[in-house]
Amino acid sequence: MTSSRPLSKKPFVQKLIAVTRMQLFIPVMALLLLVIFNLIADPSFFAIKLGYNSANQPVLSGYLITILDYGSELAILAIGMTLVTSASGGQDISVGASIAIAGSVILKVLCGNESRPDHMKAPIIVAFLVACLVAMLFGAFNGSLVAFFKIQPMVATLILFTAGRSIAAWINNNELPIIAEPEFSYFGTFIPGIPIPTPVFIAAACMLIIFLALKFTNLGLYSQAVGINPHSSRLNGINPAVVKLITYMILGLCVAVVGLIKVSRISTINYSVVAKDIEMDAILAVALGGNSLGGGKFSMPASIMGAYIIQFLTTTLYKFNVDSTALPAYKAVVVIILVVLSAPVVREKINQLKKSSSKKSVKEAA
Amino acid sequence: METGEVLKMRGICKYFPGVNALQNVDFTLRSGEIHALMGENGAGKSTLIKVLTGVYVKDGGTILIRKNTSDAAGEAEFEEAHIRSPQDAQNSGISTVYQEIALCPNLSVAENMFIGRSGAFTNWADMNKKTGELLKSLDIPATPRQQLGSCSIAVQQMVAIARAVDMKCRVLILDEPTSSLDEQEVEKLFKLMRDLKEKGVGIIFVTHFLDQVYEVCDRITVLRDGTLVGEYVIEDLPRVKLVSKMLGKDLDDMSDIKSESDVGAVDRNTTPVLEAVNLVSNAGIKPFDFTIYKGEVNGFTGLLGSGRSECVRAIFGADKVLGGKVLINGQRVRIKKPIDAMKHGIGYLPEDRKKDGIVADLSVRDNIILALQVMKGFFRPFSKAKAEQMAQEYIKLLDVKTASSDTPIGQLSGGNQQKVILARWLLTNPDFLILDEPTRGIDIGTKIEIQKLALKLAAEGKSVTFISSEIDEMLRTCSRLIVMRDRKVVGELNGDELTRNKVMATIAGGEEK
Ligand SMILES: Nc1ncnc2c1ncn2[C@@H]1O[C@H](COP(=O)(O)OP(=O)(O)OP(=O)(O)O)[C@@H](O)[C@H]1O
Ligand SMILES: [Mg+2]
Repeated sequence: MTSSRPLSKKPFVQKLIAVTRMQLFIPVMALLLLVIFNLIADPSFFAIKLGYNSANQPVLSGYLITILDYGSELAILAIGMTLVTSASGGQDISVGASIAIAGSVILKVLCGNESRPDHMKAPIIVAFLVACLVAMLFGAFNGSLVAFFKIQPMVATLILFTAGRSIAAWINNNELPIIAEPEFSYFGTFIPGIPIPTPVFIAAACMLIIFLALKFTNLGLYSQAVGINPHSSRLNGINPAVVKLITYMILGLCVAVVGLIKVSRISTINYSVVAKDIEMDAILAVALGGNSLGGGKFSMPASIMGAYIIQFLTTTLYKFNVDSTALPAYKAVVVIILVVLSAPVVREKINQLKKSSSKKSVKEAA
Repeated sequence: METGEVLKMRGICKYFPGVNALQNVDFTLRSGEIHALMGENGAGKSTLIKVLTGVYVKDGGTILIRKNTSDAAGEAEFEEAHIRSPQDAQNSGISTVYQEIALCPNLSVAENMFIGRSGAFTNWADMNKKTGELLKSLDIPATPRQQLGSCSIAVQQMVAIARAVDMKCRVLILDEPTSSLDEQEVEKLFKLMRDLKEKGVGIIFVTHFLDQVYEVCDRITVLRDGTLVGEYVIEDLPRVKLVSKMLGKDLDDMSDIKSESDVGAVDRNTTPVLEAVNLVSNAGIKPFDFTIYKGEVNGFTGLLGSGRSECVRAIFGADKVLGGKVLINGQRVRIKKPIDAMKHGIGYLPEDRKKDGIVADLSVRDNIILALQVMKGFFRPFSKAKAEQMAQEYIKLLDVKTASSDTPIGQLSGGNQQKVILARWLLTNPDFLILDEPTRGIDIGTKIEIQKLALKLAAEGKSVTFISSEIDEMLRTCSRLIVMRDRKVVGELNGDELTRNKVMATIAGGEEK
């Protein structure tokens, strides 16, 4: 029974191709479409220029650089969102608000009670660590609601989604502290002498960390098992609630990192605008990576790729002067296409088509 | 009342990646017959049924269904049925009870009976009333408004059957409907099947219980490795021949495996491997005592719902323990959750494979290593090579039929899923292994292998607790039986008392006549 079909000569290689095709099929197609569209519409989209910024430092610029820059924020969030989705079968919609909180905390620690301090009151790393702690606490809050009180993730995180930005403003008494020192801006812009935006390096570091975490711990196995079947996970000695909680706290860490990038970019914060709607993009990144939003199995590289493709789309739309208020409508179209494409009915059809075409080709070869 | 063919499947083929699930299979069903579909685990029985009911789209072959009319000569006319969805199948008069219960546990019993039917009921009171009547006529211990998930698997299974039966059908398919039923319930089901047969319904019956085949069936079709072995009238195919047709070889005689393996008398004077005193959980069982010694195989027996599974779940920490104490090798231990039990060398193969056993989308490999991996710890994952090696070892040992160790376990046949879960616990090398219905859905050859395995473990100095609805199986393996009735331990049978009659009598209550 384990015998392979007589048609296939190298079942293993074929299977490998089939599997990668399944998961990465949609994101790769989406990327390809975007690239082709831009090539036809305006090839200058792909131009990259080396220039100098106001501080006379070499910096790269161009649409692709923008994509890498802002896509990195999304990629970092997508890492946490993927884990949350996998383990809890739902999404955290409070990440945008939480980023505002994290950013606000960083500014609070650095500025104290002054709104324009001459010097930072604490090392940046301390401010960042405090922000990590706070973001993880808020993650734990969301996580406990989901894990222990069994509230639907979207509903549970709605609380922070609604209240988060007010909390962020409250932390700094509704003031907008500004940091004058240039070092602080390195995290969101450029490090002197390095022409590539720093967020790219930060994202790379996060990817490396999550890669190692997935390789050297059972994070992946546990969160997938819990997402697929919490009952049998429990009978195999896993504590599903704790696993869910941990994924929300990891997402909290990702939020803190993005919070740092966000406030560093402009050396201050705008509570109502910072990271607005970013949760939707992060969720979309997970979906675009071909991961089920219902939880369970996931592919981290696919989610990360999804993040950059979302940014590719956003940047393309911006380039063609789509109004930023209309942006969500265009993305909605993408979401619809995605959801339809990944629906089981359509999958089945595509598979059938694939099958019949492969049969045909074999026949022709014979 | 046999009145000619209603269904002809010809040259059916179905391929999955790496697996020829069906190759050129013919199957014919006559109205008014009960037709057994037999074969080993993974032979393709469920796949054939799913092709017929539109769950899978076939890769080749034709399905012909008799028209309701006949031509002038009185010959039956057939038309090709293009079944693309379960709805199509229903419209063609085919109704099905699948191997894995496919109802909605969070809906009520009545809702489950009526969802997805054309001409849906809107009158709730009427729906509940009709369901109530139906449940009563079939003697199903459930109420219409009860949430389905709160019923035992057996009751859920009966509800699924009732649902299928209630739909007007010409062809009724039952894929291992009896695997979680006890003897009385099976009898009820058989009565129902005979009634339907009298009414001219053609019934396809999949089971691994040979006795049941010879009790109700008229014809047998045997599949092996996705191909047709043949179709036989029941009288022409004695049991031994049937088994050899299924396996493709003769089965060694296994009637008395207990004497064959050298399980000596268990030494009851040592400290028990595990002793539970007055243990009680939140699953509604009365406090019970339990002991098991090194090298012993004992078992819980009783009717369904008598609390067998709940007892072992309490020992394993699967349900919340409310009182009592547990001693392992004489030491008091606290088992609050499964991981505690696992750390004390206890393994538990749960009764409900789909809900508590498999992690459907994970690979066979991950499913095999899961328990051992969790015991080893979060920060110490097995290398891929090591995991693969262990998985391969057990796939081979238990002869799991799977395209590869990367295949998601949900794609395996029911029996092969069970083997994977068994492999998972064997891999943890427990001192005390609890097997709750380990042979459910397992073919006859493998069933005996598993019974032998339990005895072999005992011979190696491990302890095993065995639960099965099949009394004969229990008698073959266990040297001591704990009898349960109404969620309470009511007796214990040893040595000479281990006879079928005595067990039945104790289960039913009252003394042996
Ligand atoms: N969805 C699927 N994807 C891939 N392979 C599958 C799928 N369903 C079944 N198979 C494979 O097809 C073969 C036949 O499976 P099937 O479920 O029909 O067996 P079965 O005869 O019903 O066995 P059992 O007695 O264990 O229920 C098995 O090898 C199984 O692994
Ligand atoms: Mg089956």
